[in-house]
Amino acid sequence: MATDTTAYEEMIKGLWRDNPVFVQVLGMCPMLAVTNSAINAVVMGVATFFVLVGSSFLVSSFKQWIPKQVRISLYIIIIATFVTVVDYSLLAMLPAIHKELGAFIPLIVANCMILGRQEAFASKHNVKYAVMDAVGMSGGFMIALFALGSVREILGVGALFGVDLFGSNFEPWVIMILPPGGFLTLGLLLLFFNWFTERRKQFLGKVAEADRAAVLGVDKNG
Amino acid sequence: MKNKDPKLLLQSAPLLHQELTTPAAMKDVWIALFPATCAALWFFGLSALLIIIASIAGAVLTEWVFTDKEKRRFALSDTSAGLTGLLLGLTLPSGLPLWMAFLGGSVSIGLGKVIWGGLGANIFNPALLGRAFLLGTFPIAMTTWGPAGGPGEFFQIHSSNLALPFMQGHYDALSTATPLGLMKFEHQGTELVSLFMGNTAGSIGETSSLFLLLGGLFLLIRRSIDWRIPVAIFSTAALFSLIMLLTSSAESTTSYPSPFFTLFSGGLLLGTFFMATDPVTSPLTPKGCWIFGIGVGFLVVLIRLYGGLPEGMLYAILLMNAATPLIDRYTQPKIFGR
Repeated sequence: MATDTTAYEEMIKGLWRDNPVFVQVLGMCPMLAVTNSAINAVVMGVATFFVLVGSSFLVSSFKQWIPKQVRISLYIIIIATFVTVVDYSLLAMLPAIHKELGAFIPLIVANCMILGRQEAFASKHNVKYAVMDAVGMSGGFMIALFALGSVREILGVGALFGVDLFGSNFEPWVIMILPPGGFLTLGLLLLFFNWFTERRKQFLGKVAEADRAAVLGVDKNG
Repeated sequence: MKNKDPKLLLQSAPLLHQELTTPAAMKDVWIALFPATCAALWFFGLSALLIIIASIAGAVLTEWVFTDKEKRRFALSDTSAGLTGLLLGLTLPSGLPLWMAFLGGSVSIGLGKVIWGGLGANIFNPALLGRAFLLGTFPIAMTTWGPAGGPGEFFQIHSSNLALPFMQGHYDALSTATPLGLMKFEHQGTELVSLFMGNTAGSIGETSSLFLLLGGLFLLIRRSIDWRIPVAIFSTAALFSLIMLLTSSAESTTSYPSPFFTLFSGGLLLGTFFMATDPVTSPLTPKGCWIFGIGVGFLVVLIRLYGGLPEGMLYAILLMNAATPLIDRYTQPKIFGR
């Protein structure tokens, strides 16, 4: 696997084709819980980025010495180490946002996307590929968090990153900053993503068919 | 193979020998809603008309956008989208900004119907889903009620109706409380006569019990709706509120309305005749209809008495909609001989 793809491809796939949220539907808990504003979403994304890249690096480096029987608990210990670092760093640097994110920072440990990448990728590939994969996956996660957070903040408060967009006369969509808004927005974004993928597949199918017809010199209607 | 022959009409069982098609059933409901709509225009004037038009436009446009090109003509010709828009419009307050009514119609059809697979595939009543969305999204605008006016004020449009999209409406007239709000928060009753005629504050289509009853009776006589559901809702709601009234202690902080007040106030009649009886989202079996109706009647009184909001019809019906597949499953008649 590692031999026929480049490290760059491993990174790119996480951003779009195998996006952890829109395609694999992983990590739904922080996705729904902390995206009521764009800044919370971005901070959560950065925290997840740090944890995933760090733990992928360590897991991939130590993979020869990790016994198969206890690998999951070792992965969790590695992840928890980085989560603790993130937790205290945020507490020191951004106490207000740390307070708002609350329990969801420690809960990064339980983010199935992170453990999933260790089990499925980092433990089977060398350090370079593992880190590139982690960068792509957490980048994709951040994109999804930001998409959800910005939609919810724009509609729910009429602002983006706390900057007022529509003036004081704006009617806020209260539901958007409440939990139902998270489910609605996520559902609609998934709908849009699947629709787009389907359209793209159809388009590529048509292109391939036209190519084949051109090569064979046969008119498909004839 | 895609079937493009419009003459071939596929229908699901039961295949009765009766000229009951979807457009015909819809036509009955349109006729039945006519008196209530006229009453809405009489009491709330041009504002009501504009709100109804906006929500119908939102519903029909959404249906049009999300339907395949070849099926568009059929999907729109059964008028179900327009009917959803009208039903939603009738549940909105008269001062609501028009863009919210449009958005509500759009959500009704988009999230309430199309996303489930179109007509007949939805779990929740689309109009009520749209209203629930609006109530959750714009809680203040959706509970600011304009007073019912007479014919002299027909051409007065609320300035809040004309708010620009995404902007707040500016309310000109003093807002009043609905009979249910008065009962819940002020412990103050409303005369049964005005509840019956509809000269009270409230959603534009829900106030006039008389005209809603006329429409409901028409549907019952035409057998467009199952009589069990309205009968079950009315008797349960009346009986339950009577029991609550009789067993209440004098120093209780909750005010317990009379059974008549329960039946004629708020959206109970509108919801019973036109939303709870929606053939798509109510049970198919007779026994299931009884359970469904009793559930709605019980929940509506419970929410009205002990819930945070004065009106409970919306959530009562939506909750029972959610239970409908289960009810259907457990009330299937036994096959003879087994």
